[in-house]
Amino acid sequence: MAHTASEILEGLAEIVAEETGLPTDAVVAEKSFTDDLDIDSLSMMTIVTHAEDKFGVRIPDDEVKNLTTVGDAVKYIEGAQG
Amino acid sequence: MSTRDVVVTGLGATTPLGGDAPTTWAAALAGESGARTMDNDWSEKYGIPVTFAATIKEDPSEKLSRPETKRMDPSAQYAMIAAREAWQDAGAPEVDGDRLGAVVSSGIGGIWTTLDGWDTLRERGARRVLPMTVPMLMPNSAVAYVSLELGAKAGAHALVSACASGAEAIGYGIDMIRAGRADVVVCGGTEATIHPMPIAAFAASRTLSLRNDDPAGASRPYDVDRDGFVIGEGAAVLVLESAAHAAARGARVYARLAGVGLSSDAYHITSPDPDGTGQVSAMRRALDDAGIAGRDVVHINAHATSTKVGDLTETRSIRTVLGEETDHVQLSATKSMTGHLLGGAGALETLFAVKAVHERLAPPTINVANPDPELQVPLVRDEPARLPDGDIAAINNSFGFGGHNVALAITNG
Repeated sequence: MAHTASEILEGLAEIVAEETGLPTDAVVAEKSFTDDLDIDSLSMMTIVTHAEDKFGVRIPDDEVKNLTTVGDAVKYIEGAQG
Repeated sequence: MSTRDVVVTGLGATTPLGGDAPTTWAAALAGESGARTMDNDWSEKYGIPVTFAATIKEDPSEKLSRPETKRMDPSAQYAMIAAREAWQDAGAPEVDGDRLGAVVSSGIGGIWTTLDGWDTLRERGARRVLPMTVPMLMPNSAVAYVSLELGAKAGAHALVSACASGAEAIGYGIDMIRAGRADVVVCGGTEATIHPMPIAAFAASRTLSLRNDDPAGASRPYDVDRDGFVIGEGAAVLVLESAAHAAARGARVYARLAGVGLSSDAYHITSPDPDGTGQVSAMRRALDDAGIAGRDVVHINAHATSTKVGDLTETRSIRTVLGEETDHVQLSATKSMTGHLLGGAGALETLFAVKAVHERLAPPTINVANPDPELQVPLVRDEPARLPDGDIAAINNSFGFGGHNVALAITNG
């Protein structure tokens, strides 16, 4: 069953919080992974691995560089669901 | 006070006896055992013949953030906890990063991470293997994190010599200060191998105690009924400092790390040379390096893991080095309480020897109901033993699979 955008945001926020120690409410759609949340490339790949697992999607490496903000990731995952 | 004088100004640990150095030391003086039955099904599931270990007393999540526990292998987590405590205990010295070194060893490295990654690969495929796997499994991971934490830029090193690793790290730290490459070095050892695969492997080599019905009584160095070592886990870290640097900032000094003795047996991959030639060389080199005589040595923290052969080889070596002076040595085998921390052992036992010299109190050896008649050195049993007043010296011995021998000489001034 497909997840809604708000469910994806909530789940992604949990993953980011686990990885970074940030509170989940700091992970909102307009935040940039690198500039606002201070996530480096290795952490970003860790988040992608967990997100693929959680939402049952595939996020190709070529696509990750286009995911600037949390909202970009939510949108991509939403669209990638079967 | 020469540039070769190195003192200990900070101590930190997380061990089977306690979540910090003072708790660990108090438990050791009280003769407590850190060995307990493991809360897992490894015996039923895999047929592992050992059901107990000296597991860490305090869960690392008590002191580390959630992201830290996810980014660091348990071996690095223990080292980080011990390093932070040691640094604070030293008064968080103000030192230029280029004059601060870090040397933290592990005998085996991030084996939980390695094996978890392998399980993930086999069960779920390459795409599920976490990107942080390599920086978590590498044996220099613990020291890398410690150097990041403290801004240590004089060099970060992880010397690997199995169960001598922690002591060799301290020896290297001493050399860094003596060579003028650093004023302060944070050094020690760590290990986290209480995982079914290494336990199965140690059991296969017939080196582990199988006393499942009495975990607390299983590690019994020098007792006639000793039947192998008890695997332990944890870390210990010391802050070393040039005596001049410590004096300039008015630091509290626990003891002086006066001598380093290193040797290698070149005899057998796991068995110590039965003649003890390498062990004797290491102790003699430590005494020579410290400029002290055998009669100055009042306390030895033995490597003594509770194996049939190893324990007595060491005591024969001690008598070869000290001769008649052996009779006034107080020998402690603290693995009777902590179990064997492998790469952490040499650091924890050096910490114990430093505390023994500082407080003039040698910790006990527990579980020695019937001392081996071939034991040739006076053993501290059951209760701590008072060490004499005046100038005193202690030795910590650490030996590792591969024939690595490290002896460190500690003095009060």
